Amino acid sequence: MMDLGKYAAEVISAWGISLAALAGLVWWSVRRDRRVRAELERTERDHG
Amino acid sequence: MSIWSYANPRKFLDTTAPWVPWLMWLSALVLAVGLVWGFFFTPEAERFGSSVKIIYLHVPSALMAINAWLMMLVASLIWLIRRHHVSALAARAAAPVGMVMTLIALITGAIWGQPMWGTWWAWDPRLTSFLILFLFYLGYIALWAAIPDPDGAADLTSVLCLVGSVFAILSRYAVNFWNQGLHQGASLSLDKQENVADVFWIPLLVCMAGFVLLFLALVLLRTGTEIRARRIEALRNRARRTGAVRA
Repeated sequence: MMDLGKYAAEVISAWGISLAALAGLVWWSVRRDRRVRAELERTERDHG
Repeated sequence: MSIWSYANPRKFLDTTAPWVPWLMWLSALVLAVGLVWGFFFTPEAERFGSSVKIIYLHVPSALMAINAWLMMLVASLIWLIRRHHVSALAARAAAPVGMVMTLIALITGAIWGQPMWGTWWAWDPRLTSFLILFLFYLGYIALWAAIPDPDGAADLTSVLCLVGSVFAILSRYAVNFWNQGLHQGASLSLDKQENVADVFWIPLLVCMAGFVLLFLALVLLRTGTEIRARRIEALRNRARRTGAVRA
């Protein structure tokens, strides 16, 4: 593990929060896209 | 072929859908290279110590926070002038991405500011204009969600986007306009003298490229989602109308 010195807490928390936010954004976008695609298929089958 | 042909939702989906996974993976690769380079293979800075590593997330996210709004501005103007639905939906799709970028810039800035300035927050021109930009993002997203008529929502959010653009530009140039406050000037400039040292600058450029690619991938993906959601709504409305006529 690399030594980040006296700013370790700041660096790790900034990176942790940012990467979690980016991963969450990607996950949410992909999940919603899949849900909407499936719903569109169902709707086109029923009403298209 | 005219660029306006992509305003056709079907044409837009057919053209962009194959690109999205490639862009997503490319952005992941470029981001991984930039972030690993920045975190593990750059030295500590004289003034900032190891806290300089926050720059690889703070600067690209701040850049995208402003540019996402400017992209929304262009899309909103296209909607207002030419009434292309895809452009209104692209602006809507970009807003949550820009909002998350702004949030990352604000949080990493606060975490970095604490050891450097001795405070998490200051009512500095750049910080304040960024906070206002974040509130504009929230307002923009809420306005889309609050208005049931899609064209009315697109009109009102476009106007809100025009107003918010003042703060997007202020966020970028606040330091130059007021020449006061705690925040330093731009880390990147066309003037090489003003840039951070190459050892930090090159991995930072790679991270910025990764953020731009990620933004593009997400906006294309989310615009496709919005177009499909709109199609579902149209089909259901048509079915309701047909049912009502038959009844």
